[in-house]
Amino acid sequence: MAETLEIRDLHASVEDKEILKGVTLTIRQGEIHALMGPNGSGKSTLAYALTGHPKYTITQGEVIYKNKNILELPADERSKMGLFLAFQYPVSVPGVSVANFLRTAINARRKSEGNGNGKPISIPEFRKLLRDKMKALNVDEAFAGRYLNDGFSGGEKKRVEILQMAILEPQMAILDETDSGLDIDALRSVSDGVNKLAGPNMGILLITHYQRLLDYIKPQYVHVLLSGRIVESAGPELALELEQKGYDFIRVKHGETPTGKD
Amino acid sequence: MATETDRAAVQGLGEYKYGFSQAEDYVFKSRKGLSREVVQEISWMKGEPEWMLKFRLKAYDHFVKRPMPTWGGDLSKLDFDDIYYYIKPSDKPTTSWDDVPDDIKRTFDRLGVPEAERKFLAGSGAQYESEVVYHNIQESLSKQGVIFLSSDDGLKQHPDIFKKYFATVVPPTDNKFAALNSAVWSGGSFLYVPEGVHVELPLQAYFRVNAQSMGQFERTLIICEKGSYVHYIEGCTAPIYSSDSFHSGVIEIVVKEGARMRYTTIQNWSTNMYNLVTQRSVVYRDGMMEWVDANLGSKLTMKYPSVYMMEPGARGEILSIAFAGKGQHQDAGGKVVHVAPHTRSKITSKSISKDGGRASYRGLLKVYKGAEGSQSHVQCDALLLDEKSRTDTYPYIEVDEDKVTIGHEATVSKIGDEQLFYLMSRGLGEVDARTMVVSGFIEPFVKELPMEYAVEMNRLIQLQMEGSVG
Repeated sequence: MAETLEIRDLHASVEDKEILKGVTLTIRQGEIHALMGPNGSGKSTLAYALTGHPKYTITQGEVIYKNKNILELPADERSKMGLFLAFQYPVSVPGVSVANFLRTAINARRKSEGNGNGKPISIPEFRKLLRDKMKALNVDEAFAGRYLNDGFSGGEKKRVEILQMAILEPQMAILDETDSGLDIDALRSVSDGVNKLAGPNMGILLITHYQRLLDYIKPQYVHVLLSGRIVESAGPELALELEQKGYDFIRVKHGETPTGKD
Repeated sequence: MATETDRAAVQGLGEYKYGFSQAEDYVFKSRKGLSREVVQEISWMKGEPEWMLKFRLKAYDHFVKRPMPTWGGDLSKLDFDDIYYYIKPSDKPTTSWDDVPDDIKRTFDRLGVPEAERKFLAGSGAQYESEVVYHNIQESLSKQGVIFLSSDDGLKQHPDIFKKYFATVVPPTDNKFAALNSAVWSGGSFLYVPEGVHVELPLQAYFRVNAQSMGQFERTLIICEKGSYVHYIEGCTAPIYSSDSFHSGVIEIVVKEGARMRYTTIQNWSTNMYNLVTQRSVVYRDGMMEWVDANLGSKLTMKYPSVYMMEPGARGEILSIAFAGKGQHQDAGGKVVHVAPHTRSKITSKSISKDGGRASYRGLLKVYKGAEGSQSHVQCDALLLDEKSRTDTYPYIEVDEDKVTIGHEATVSKIGDEQLFYLMSRGLGEVDARTMVVSGFIEPFVKELPMEYAVEMNRLIQLQMEGSVG
């Protein structure tokens, strides 16, 4: 059965300022959607609101996933339901190795399966899993022992986000500007990783400012977010149109002032 | 009533003719409170030489005269008259297992402490001695010429070595509690490592007989001859439950030329305990002293492991962590004293305060004039887990020499919202996420512990974070 993430009229604020002003979007398992928009349109806010960041207040709307309104659940519950966010700025946790962190995350999931009696993953099994995934994603084995995101380059952080995705096997993944700060090689390698994970079992929301990423990860649908609302939805050709004309053509079309900048 | 001379005569007679056992027949009533008479009786009971009795009495006189410290923790409720200063082992009241508090019992469960060990730690079982382990270890040590005994036995069996070094590192006049310990000390370890000997196995008090390492007034003396190496571990992560409310130990360590010594303490006394300890080492040319100190329990701990670098090339490192939970005050840190030139030291202190606990770093960095070319770095990091808790930093820096490199850094932090959200977004519950950040915070410390201790330490932190301990 294909799981669907249904975002219905979502309004969200941060520090009393309303950023999302009624976002409606449906993503089915197996589909890749791209969400584009100028800076300040609310792209990251949407990512955070969907995954449960405490700083964002939901003022209206619902998000239905697996028959639940996930807005009522804390971040960890949403994760266990199969939601994943690849952060634009992954947070460092000094003193905690990547391996240790991943094993703890796996065990957190296992614990809640089997009615709270799920058994933790054995060390040999985990080691093999980690080694295999790191190999498949071209992540150097040395990263297993390094402290999570501590001193990692931008590209390394993004690669480790994708590694986490590979280990946790989400069904609905949100990738927040995964391409930002990456050079062509890193972009290619990260995209390869995502493409290997994408498939009929995963729904992906690709949040990006530039069209470039979409040359590597090809979406079926492209949406444009402007001032907290989705104003355009079409196929991949929309991204190409944006690249040629810039966001101003969208602004003008929807009655906003062009900035002349993007 | 027998005079002091009569007593000494009887004591000498007993020792010569019957050995220690004679003293056992004397009807000694264990009672509370301290006096010159109690000090004399302690020495007599142990069958000690004259010089030790004199030493104890002089220390007692100083203890009485010396005022209480006015800095550090709150010692106002400490009642010196309400304490047993010496109890014959046979008289020692054993706590009934039923009397041991539930939370202590639960912790044993969670930490997986074996049955026999639990009873020992709770003071309700017979002495826990792993006979086989003990014998094998003693054999391999004596092959190397290493002496590892209780301090009482060390004094008896190796009087020359003992007398040569005893109280040379911590004189009784050092502070009021050193004076007290000097007067009534009993138990502790005596460890002597001959020149060039490397002891591969970390030594613990469990490995010797008469393991009265949990004694209130233990006195430990460690001598590392030239080029030797040994690692000594004291304590354990399981909570030590004791009806005694006061623990005042003295640890003296001598590290000679090119020798290396590491002393690891993991203290997790129950939260009724006052834990006041004087730990000091003197290090000679090219020698190295490492203190690895974890303070997890007790109501109040005041403890500042010290390294005195006496000759060029001497090095000292102090790695300290303190966890202060509800009702706890950890006042800990270290002292590094650069007496000679070209000496190096490092202090790393990490503290965590939770549920209204108070963790204070107190440290001394002292460089004497002439100690040129010396380097020292102090880093103290504090983690505050909630708004009720408290952390303080009291760094004392006294540098009387220009040609040195000194650094001091202090940070205070809390668990960041972004960190918490990042971890929770991977499926960790809030408590697990906080625990992970705390584990990461103490990782530089845990890395230095032997494996079993590291595992237990992490589990203990987990319990503290869940709030099921203390």
